[in-house]
Amino acid sequence: MNPARKRTVRLVVALSAAVLLASALIYTSFKAADPALSPSQLLRQAQPDRSYQLTGSVVAHSVEHHGEVLDFRVADRTGGTAVQVAYTGSVPDPFREGREVIVTVRKQGSGDFVGERGSLITKCPSKYKEAPPSEKQNA
Amino acid sequence: MAVLGRSCLLLGLVVCAYGIGASLYGARTTQPQWVESARRSVYALALILTVAIAVLEIAFLRNDFVFNTVADTSSRTTPTFYRAAAVWASQEGSLLLWAWLLSLWSSLVLFLTRRRLREVVPYAIAILLGFGSFFISLMVFYANPFQTTTPAPAEGVGLDPLLRFPTMMIHPPMLYSGYTLCMIPLAFGIGALIARRVDAEWIRVIRRFSLAAWLFLGIGILLGARWSYSELGWGGYWGWDPVENASLMPWLTGTAFLHSLMIQEKRGMLKVWNVSLVLATGTLAIMGTFLVRSGILSSIHAFGGATLGVPFVCLIGALIGGSIYLVVSRREMLRSEHRLDSLFSRESFFMANNLVLVALCFVIFWGTYFPLISEALTGQEASVGPPWFDRYTVPLALVLVLLSGIGPVIAWRRATFANARRNFVVPIGAALVTLTALLAVGITQKPLAITMFCCAAFALASVGQEFFRGVRARRAMTHDAPPIALLALVRRNRRRYGGYVVHMGMAVLFIGVAASSSFRHQTELGLSPGQSAKVGPYTIRYVRPTAHVVNDPAHTGSTLNLGAVLNVTKGSRHVATLHPSQGYYDSSDPTQGSVGHLIGGQAVSHISMSAGVTRDIWSAIEPDISAPPLQKIINAANKTIPLVRPDEGLLALAYMAGAYLRHPPPAQFNFIDSPLVMWIWIGGLIVLAGGLIVLWPAPSTVRGRVRALARVGLARRLARA
Amino acid sequence: MSVWIAIVTVLLLAVVVLLISAPLRTGWKTGPDTDRRAELEAAREGKYREIRDAELDFRTGKLSREDHQTIDAELRAEALEILDRLQANDASMGESEASAPNVEASPPQTDTD
Repeated sequence: MNPARKRTVRLVVALSAAVLLASALIYTSFKAADPALSPSQLLRQAQPDRSYQLTGSVVAHSVEHHGEVLDFRVADRTGGTAVQVAYTGSVPDPFREGREVIVTVRKQGSGDFVGERGSLITKCPSKYKEAPPSEKQNA
Repeated sequence: MAVLGRSCLLLGLVVCAYGIGASLYGARTTQPQWVESARRSVYALALILTVAIAVLEIAFLRNDFVFNTVADTSSRTTPTFYRAAAVWASQEGSLLLWAWLLSLWSSLVLFLTRRRLREVVPYAIAILLGFGSFFISLMVFYANPFQTTTPAPAEGVGLDPLLRFPTMMIHPPMLYSGYTLCMIPLAFGIGALIARRVDAEWIRVIRRFSLAAWLFLGIGILLGARWSYSELGWGGYWGWDPVENASLMPWLTGTAFLHSLMIQEKRGMLKVWNVSLVLATGTLAIMGTFLVRSGILSSIHAFGGATLGVPFVCLIGALIGGSIYLVVSRREMLRSEHRLDSLFSRESFFMANNLVLVALCFVIFWGTYFPLISEALTGQEASVGPPWFDRYTVPLALVLVLLSGIGPVIAWRRATFANARRNFVVPIGAALVTLTALLAVGITQKPLAITMFCCAAFALASVGQEFFRGVRARRAMTHDAPPIALLALVRRNRRRYGGYVVHMGMAVLFIGVAASSSFRHQTELGLSPGQSAKVGPYTIRYVRPTAHVVNDPAHTGSTLNLGAVLNVTKGSRHVATLHPSQGYYDSSDPTQGSVGHLIGGQAVSHISMSAGVTRDIWSAIEPDISAPPLQKIINAANKTIPLVRPDEGLLALAYMAGAYLRHPPPAQFNFIDSPLVMWIWIGGLIVLAGGLIVLWPAPSTVRGRVRALARVGLARRLARA
Repeated sequence: MSVWIAIVTVLLLAVVVLLISAPLRTGWKTGPDTDRRAELEAAREGKYREIRDAELDFRTGKLSREDHQTIDAELRAEALEILDRLQANDASMGESEASAPNVEASPPQTDTD
């Protein structure tokens, strides 16, 4: 086989492998992904026994410990609709009322949402926020 | 002071604008004095930003709460070390750190190239000052570190307790050094393409900076993983969080570049590939910087505000579009000088290694940005979790470790199968011995972990064989003692043997990752004093509770610290005593009450672990501070103690702590038995050592003398041939 | 305090202006263009490194004697070509090679990058 043909063969093999990997990647990512929903979207769209990534803020005065279970409500960032979640597992240090959380939940037949063990993420307190205008002043 | 700081930012912006104009004007009109003036603009920018960051540092150390950023991230009770490091804990301060580090590295590279690359440097100056002006503009118009409030508050909010750990404060400067160093090859790469000077010289110049960027990024990533493991309460070191991934991606493409660069230097091949890697690495570094500040992805780090998102998107768009245009329009000049001689050569395996690294980067990129991709394609945002990442990254990592063992054993240009057969005997033997040993001790499950152990054994044996043969060859010539021969061998071939040390470190690191992720035992449960839990082969008994008021054993300034003493045994043998605790911090929120605010702030786990070469036993506690008897004390104290008497508040806390010790409510514990975790950190240190060996320059006097001798000697020998 | 701040600000501005304007005020001139020479020197260093790597590959058993001799001859021929181009470049720039001692030497035994 002449060198040019060898190079062509190598290129075809490499490109085919890349296309295969990319196809597998794309297919499995759409198949395995958990939809990310706000509480209002979750209440509208959630199907039983499917996992969803719930994002929102922990409602004030909603956090209760019942043994190993942590019960809390998650509301839309803009306020309004809230979802009750029962979570078991490690609780991140920053977790508290008012903080933004991400938790993978599954809808039970009864309509309650149960958090997947170890899936609770609390966003670091917003240190990269823009200060409210009233706090800004140029000396 | 704030006036000086703001003046520095404005002056910096003006200097950047001038420098960009002067360098381009000097390049276009071939007037080198303008280019020199532009070069000095970079030095001036470094001086200006040094003054600016010094101003902010002084403000933090002096508790000057008139500065908003000081009031938001520091307090009088924050320990001094953390006050000094809190400069980069805020958006504003971190932007200033980024710009300052960029100006320092830019000054260094422009000083080193002051007599070289005359056609390339003007464009590189313009690019670097362009980045500088971008970040300074963000500070001037969006997030000014010198914004003030008068009257100044009497006390600051304090540094987030999660950041009050040495690893976490050193992590940003290391990571930012890596990101900003990535800008140097990017700027010179773009400059070389614009100037159509894509020969070997620019690559040679930026090689060390690419290596330094790789090194600093690696240290930053390792520190972040270490912080996550030893300070956060989940017991893991890597969660495929978008911000973790954002720093890993440029490190992967940087690693690929450092390998394929050798092929370009030796054979004049892969020019398009290399310049694309350089541009991709720089762009990924900018994207990494952007991810943390934009809020576009849901992440533990994706802070809310999206004000900086739009400028960053514009910059990234310009980088990607410009890079593609430059590479496509200069592709004729980037043609390879040679072709691959043989598939069975080191060049070939380096290219395979490159493909694996880029594939890894692509997988991580796809998974990280999938929420945006899925929303764009389907209208529904969705995300993939760690199992999806593991499915692709683990097999690719296996191939990578294997290749890192094959490459050192194969010669450049062409290798023969007969030689290769001989050279693979020991590494393959080591892999087989490892497999046999694992099966013999009953480790038959977890095939991926077993495969990784065998691949790592193969790689370690391959590298070990290289060192052995190299020392033997040297001793045959010089008759030195083995340690001296080894030192001389490494000193005279730093790039080769430094690289081998890096490969060794990566193999060790992957052994740690495979073992700790595949064979860990974890238990989460509630315990009362006297009760025990089983974790793997260990029994952990909750001996007694602990409580400290103000006297924070972790030295992070917590007001109250509740914990436990745990006894770890294996059979009847005492293994370790652990002291996990939870720190409670002042929230400065008067609505929580005079005593409530003292502990109403961020709660932070203080992990306790027994770390060893074979395993770590890791523990975390979450005391039930909301138990009714304790809350009753706090509520009563809130009603009777005025806000202005914090000393009485602390007395009430001490009383509460005493009540906790006498009648402790059950606490939630998280125990993990994780084998070989320490080898991750040891492997990381070995990688760092290898990188330093490669980076270390040869003494210049030796270099000059060797060149002169070699020039004459080689010419004469060739003339006689 | 504000007086000192003002003084520091003005000083900083003065230093910056002086630093940046110096090449424009003093008729700054560059030296001879050494880019071409630097490029050839980089190519030469790379070629020396390849020769040394090939020898190390041979001594550590990755190359047979025959393969090493073939590769070594190729590399040395390429090195000679680079030296010729260096000499031509120096001649065209009017430089002369410094007289060197009568010493025989191999390609550098040290990693010079």
